[in-house]
Amino acid sequence: MASPGVLVKPAVRGLALLYLTFLLVIPVGLIFWRTFENGLAPVIDGLTTQATIHAFQLTAVIAFWAVLANTVFGVVAALLLVRYDFRGKRVLNALIDLPLAVSPVIVGLSLILVYGRTTGIGQALAGIGINIIFSIPGMVMATIFVSIPLVVRAVAPVLEEIGDDQEQAARTLGAGPVQTFRRITLPSIRGALAYGVVLAAARSLGEYGAVAVVSGRLVGRTQTVTLLVQERYLNFDQETAYACALLLVVTAVLALGVSRLLAPKEIKR
Amino acid sequence: MSLLPGATPAPPTAPRRRPLHGKGQAIGLGFVVLYLSVIVLIPLAAVVATSQENGLAGFWKAVTTPEASSTLKLTIGASFLVAVINCLMGTMIAWLLVRDRLPGRGFFDALIDLPFALPTIVAGLALLTVYGTDSPLGLDIAYSRLAVVVALLFVTLPFVVRTVQPVLLELDREMEQAAASLGAGPATIFFRIILPNILPAMAAGTALSFARAVSEFGSTVLISGNLPFKTQVASVHIFNQLENDNVAGAAAVATVLLVVALVMLVALDVLQRWGARRG
Repeated sequence: MASPGVLVKPAVRGLALLYLTFLLVIPVGLIFWRTFENGLAPVIDGLTTQATIHAFQLTAVIAFWAVLANTVFGVVAALLLVRYDFRGKRVLNALIDLPLAVSPVIVGLSLILVYGRTTGIGQALAGIGINIIFSIPGMVMATIFVSIPLVVRAVAPVLEEIGDDQEQAARTLGAGPVQTFRRITLPSIRGALAYGVVLAAARSLGEYGAVAVVSGRLVGRTQTVTLLVQERYLNFDQETAYACALLLVVTAVLALGVSRLLAPKEIKR
Repeated sequence: MSLLPGATPAPPTAPRRRPLHGKGQAIGLGFVVLYLSVIVLIPLAAVVATSQENGLAGFWKAVTTPEASSTLKLTIGASFLVAVINCLMGTMIAWLLVRDRLPGRGFFDALIDLPFALPTIVAGLALLTVYGTDSPLGLDIAYSRLAVVVALLFVTLPFVVRTVQPVLLELDREMEQAAASLGAGPATIFFRIILPNILPAMAAGTALSFARAVSEFGSTVLISGNLPFKTQVASVHIFNQLENDNVAGAAAVATVLLVVALVMLVALDVLQRWGARRG
């Protein structure tokens, strides 16, 4: 009996595979092909110019501070949300996810409106020698903004799962809050924390829009790797653009691989 | 595993929680509130405040200029189309990953999260390589509205797949076998058993992809050409207004996007409750 039903399965399979191939596999694959089109030498040249090296260093510095800040914030916020009850908890919980829904350009715009050179806060800070916008602090703040939820949402389910029996026991036996955290809580959330840190690092290294707005895109000064990719491409230096893009692809793939290994079972499916 | 932990359902309520007491917890709460205020809340409030500097009339005027209204229409329209395509294709891909015994599906499963991990500018460059003027496949769609839709489809690909996949995985196959033994055909089984079960997840994933598409910037920059009245999405419009020192105009369009984002977050909360009630 040849009912049209038998055709549904191969049709769905074919359509899904075709979609993934043309949307994902070919575009990402072609980055590899375009990068090595003219051999290895132009790739190495592109990756070792002064501007490229500076961009890599700057990106690493910004990502380091952003991840560090969000890790401290993430652990404290997760502890509060999971272990305690307080007024406004639901609002706080909702606010932590808000950055994921905000356009990166709005992130940049919002920071300029508060910390820019024409605002009261911006001028006061400039008076004591601190420039936020068009400078590294603003780029760190923009990067923090876009990656705020990642560590919190990685750690919270595990804190929930392990419960607080051991923490309570330690406290009863005379351990202080710091000692309890260091000896009991931290070791049990270590995996989840590493998972959150990898996600936050990947997001921080790859942020483009928010950083583009607050950095002023000053070549050789506030240019991160993603900004360099765009600038080089538009200036017809495709070799450098593709070489840096490829490096970002490899970083993303590595981050995905590591995060799959680290994903706590509460999050893993 | 998702690179968007916000998409995972909220953890179940713990049996006991202590009220805040003591200096340590107060300092902790103060730190969290201060951190969010300095980085997120005060800046976002400043955007809304700036958009209202010239009153509601000024705000209305700024979002209804020909360029602003055209960019908003394009962004909402393209995002809606992208959400619908994601709903259909995402569900099919989730089915492929869970139910189809296809060799090599592990490769595709690992690949799905790549758009979340890839910097958006790299996504745009990758798409431009295939669908730009130098397309090796002869598929040149650069600087067209179709290019905008393709870029948005790329960055939103994982949402529906990753919300539907776990539900499909947990679905009790016995229900389907029972229905089949009672004479239900594949279509009946799909529409009467599978679809009602995965519908909340499909809706949540679709809403997430819509919210993400509306706010997307980086992936559209290179491939769309950012032509006003044609391919300029709202985020690019805001960026250009800011470059031209029209801060009020930038803030006005930004406020519209923030309202859309807020509506989607509330809708998602409702959807999650709906899903939890059914599950």
